[in-house]
Amino acid sequence: MQSTLFHRAAAGLTSLMISGMTFASDWTERSNLDLRPGVTEVSQEIQDLHTTVLWIVTVIGLLVFGLIVISMIRHRRSKNPNPATFHENVFLEVLWTVIPFVILIAMAVPATRVLVKLDDSAESELTVKVTGYRWKWSYEYLTYEDDNDIGVSFFSNLATPPEQYNNPVLAGGLFPYGTAKDLVGKEAPEKDHNYQLEVDKKLVIPSGQKVRFLVTSDDVIHSFWVPDFGGKKDAIPGFVNETWALVPEGKEGTYYGQCAELCGKNHAFMPIAVEVVTQDDFKAWIAEEKEKAASGPDLTPFSGLDQAMEEGQQVYASACALCHGANGEGGIGLPFAGTDFATKSEHLNEHIDVLVNGRAAMPAFKAQLTPRQIAAVVTYERNAFGNDTGDLIQPADVNDHE
Amino acid sequence: MSTAAATHDDHHDHHHAPTGLKRWLFSTNHKDIGTLYLWFSFAMFLVGGFMAMVIRAELLEPGMQFVDPEFFNQMTTVHGLVMVFGAVMPATVGLANWMIPLMIGAPDMALPRMNNWSFWILPFAFGILIFAVLMSAFGAGNPSAPNFGWTFYAPLSTKYGPASTDLFILSVHMMGISSIMGAINVVVTVFNMRAPGMTLMKMPLFVWTWLITAFLLIAVIPVLAGAVTMMLTDRHFGTSFFDAAGGGDPVLFQHVFWFFGHPEVYIMILPSFGIVSAIIPAFARKPLFGYASMVYATASIALLSFVVWAHHMFTVGMPLAGTLFFMYMTMLISVPTGVKVFNWVATMWRGSMTFELPMKWAIAFVILFTCGGLSGLMLAMTPIDFQYHDTYFVVAHFHYVLVTGAIFSIFAAAYYWLPKWSGVMPSKLLGELHFWNSLISANLLFFPMHFVGLAGMPRRYADYALQFADYNFWISIGGFWFGLSQVIFLVVAVRCAMKKGEPAPAKPWEGAEGLEWEVPSPAPFHTFDTPPVIK
Repeated sequence: MQSTLFHRAAAGLTSLMISGMTFASDWTERSNLDLRPGVTEVSQEIQDLHTTVLWIVTVIGLLVFGLIVISMIRHRRSKNPNPATFHENVFLEVLWTVIPFVILIAMAVPATRVLVKLDDSAESELTVKVTGYRWKWSYEYLTYEDDNDIGVSFFSNLATPPEQYNNPVLAGGLFPYGTAKDLVGKEAPEKDHNYQLEVDKKLVIPSGQKVRFLVTSDDVIHSFWVPDFGGKKDAIPGFVNETWALVPEGKEGTYYGQCAELCGKNHAFMPIAVEVVTQDDFKAWIAEEKEKAASGPDLTPFSGLDQAMEEGQQVYASACALCHGANGEGGIGLPFAGTDFATKSEHLNEHIDVLVNGRAAMPAFKAQLTPRQIAAVVTYERNAFGNDTGDLIQPADVNDHE
Repeated sequence: MSTAAATHDDHHDHHHAPTGLKRWLFSTNHKDIGTLYLWFSFAMFLVGGFMAMVIRAELLEPGMQFVDPEFFNQMTTVHGLVMVFGAVMPATVGLANWMIPLMIGAPDMALPRMNNWSFWILPFAFGILIFAVLMSAFGAGNPSAPNFGWTFYAPLSTKYGPASTDLFILSVHMMGISSIMGAINVVVTVFNMRAPGMTLMKMPLFVWTWLITAFLLIAVIPVLAGAVTMMLTDRHFGTSFFDAAGGGDPVLFQHVFWFFGHPEVYIMILPSFGIVSAIIPAFARKPLFGYASMVYATASIALLSFVVWAHHMFTVGMPLAGTLFFMYMTMLISVPTGVKVFNWVATMWRGSMTFELPMKWAIAFVILFTCGGLSGLMLAMTPIDFQYHDTYFVVAHFHYVLVTGAIFSIFAAAYYWLPKWSGVMPSKLLGELHFWNSLISANLLFFPMHFVGLAGMPRRYADYALQFADYNFWISIGGFWFGLSQVIFLVVAVRCAMKKGEPAPAKPWEGAEGLEWEVPSPAPFHTFDTPPVIK
């Protein structure tokens, strides 16, 4: 055990040194030391302002520290045994009040200009409502050009599998770690390229068009932040905030961000991924999504338990594992492994109901998951973790559920 | 140890001083209460530091290795609360208790029984808070300790707060009562108990900064009490101050909290300004440059601190006019703060400096606090703050002003006045080790946080994307190093308490000025029974 720990630490150290360098270039072009310039005009203006201010404070800092160092060298007792006695100088005191004031005005002018520009979210071509949930984002496309009836919305969950981040080195012990004992000492799978950043369904926006985000929250305060778009906006329950981004043509690609306001246990586990595509691609994508949304839920029955289990496992990993544990051992949510709730047949209907309508702290999932996904995940929860009930729930069963 | 010290002090005493446990429990003596405050704050510093070690161990490499994210959040929350309310604030109150009567020639604090009470509330307040953590750490299935950050934003702390939130509310109320009583005591003492001839503009700057701090405390602690009371009624009595569903507003919480919270950061730093303004002239052997402008600068910082609170909330979606107002006001604070730094530099200029331990800490304070002040100026610029906000850049900023600022100055004060408190000189060798280890490790710990924040790592993250890994590794190493370095100070302080070391003369520092150096070392149990005459 001890050697494992040591080994892990040593291996971790080496891989960190390397990974830090290789992945550095991956959040698009930037140095690893400075603020990201980003891709929008605003984010680049922010970066310019940052550079200017950084230079100003660096020069002031060096000046002050330089004087201190000179004084420490020249005015030490061995060099200067007889101290001067002056203790005021009106001219100096006025000077070092007025000069900083002038510098501040010089800094305030460009800051005000960028701020006014940032505040103007008018004349956007696409409006997306962004809602923060514990711990995922949902995106609802409200208007695009002349289309006010898009009806496309979806949830976006962390795609990094729990095995990659559940790497306990201690079982139980002083600190609570659920019941993840069986994971201790297990070789953790290599962490993905976009570890803790990748999502199951990305927000898609067009390049060359102004996109307005209406940001709100369903529960606690979150903050919507894609660094490359310049700045963040808090998602506040009961209120709607506005922000916008205009990614220029030619800058298509995927941009990542993370929730920036403490929102509870899995604050670090609700990334944002935005795929910027050309306007033609965006039109094709949105048409496809509209068609999917219009065709109603897919109620094709599962061919068998295996198919339902396979789909259920994916849904469980993205929607349930954060609270109920990767192995159904529980956490913030109740456990499934071997519990009456997940094994006794009299609880089957209740099980579906809790997923569809929610209960207490458990949110309702009918808006987030399709009937097919709910059926698959209930089937999974009743057959995985050693539960083996053999229950197979079909999409139609869930769709009929009130 | 206490008995030994008591017998020693009896020597100078006119009547029977209580001994043993009773001496400390029932004490109305400003020196004993000051000592209690100082030991308590150091104990809390170690407790909060241990929590920081848990945080840094978890962040050493990506992935969840030691604790789960829920416990991680409890650690960040309670670390912040313990350090702010348990370590920094009581330490400065302890210094005020010990030094203000000695500096103004008063026999004791004006309200000695209240002084006793304001201290003895604290161990219970923190006992309740730490009890919540121990329950969560050791009892499987117990509710979480407070897990919503030291800023406890609603609705995370109201509708979604764990059951222990009520313990937290009670604990914060008790800390607040203690602070208010301590502050009232300082105000009354300074206004009524100065020795004849000690006019306000003759007071040492430490007394001035504490007087202003005390007014800030009296003004804003009730606002904090209001915030937690509104939380309490939202949680249990059906009100909706912070719940939009009932017509309230979660952002109102942030306005109320930061109306307390911003003056609070000056409550933590103003006494430090006073300490450094005592130490630098002593070791430069030259009077403090611009005494009057120091007083006015402190007062303007305190006044401005009431009109900048919303710079903590630039991203909540304020109207443009509001945002601009708070940006300009915040930038303005750098003018009086700059005046102070320039005054300290001018005090050193053409002095005759020696670099004993207090001076080392004080110079480190001036340089590193200025670093924190400069990053604060960067954060004041709203458009860039939209990027910096809630990232490790902010964490770097406030640790520079609070650790290498407030805490470094408290160490400076401890090394400066320990001879007076204990009667022995603190160990030079251990002191040097403590200083150099702390200086280097604190910068290894906090400087890379700027980079990782600029690169985009949000704060309060239990796990992070891989590109932040290399910096977090070094930050953690710096953290463990800094944590261990503080154990050296524990040895220094215990040695002084046990009277081990070279005996200290009444005035161990050649250039030091002030009434405190006119009484013997250690300071007798009662001093200035007859007020000294101030020329």
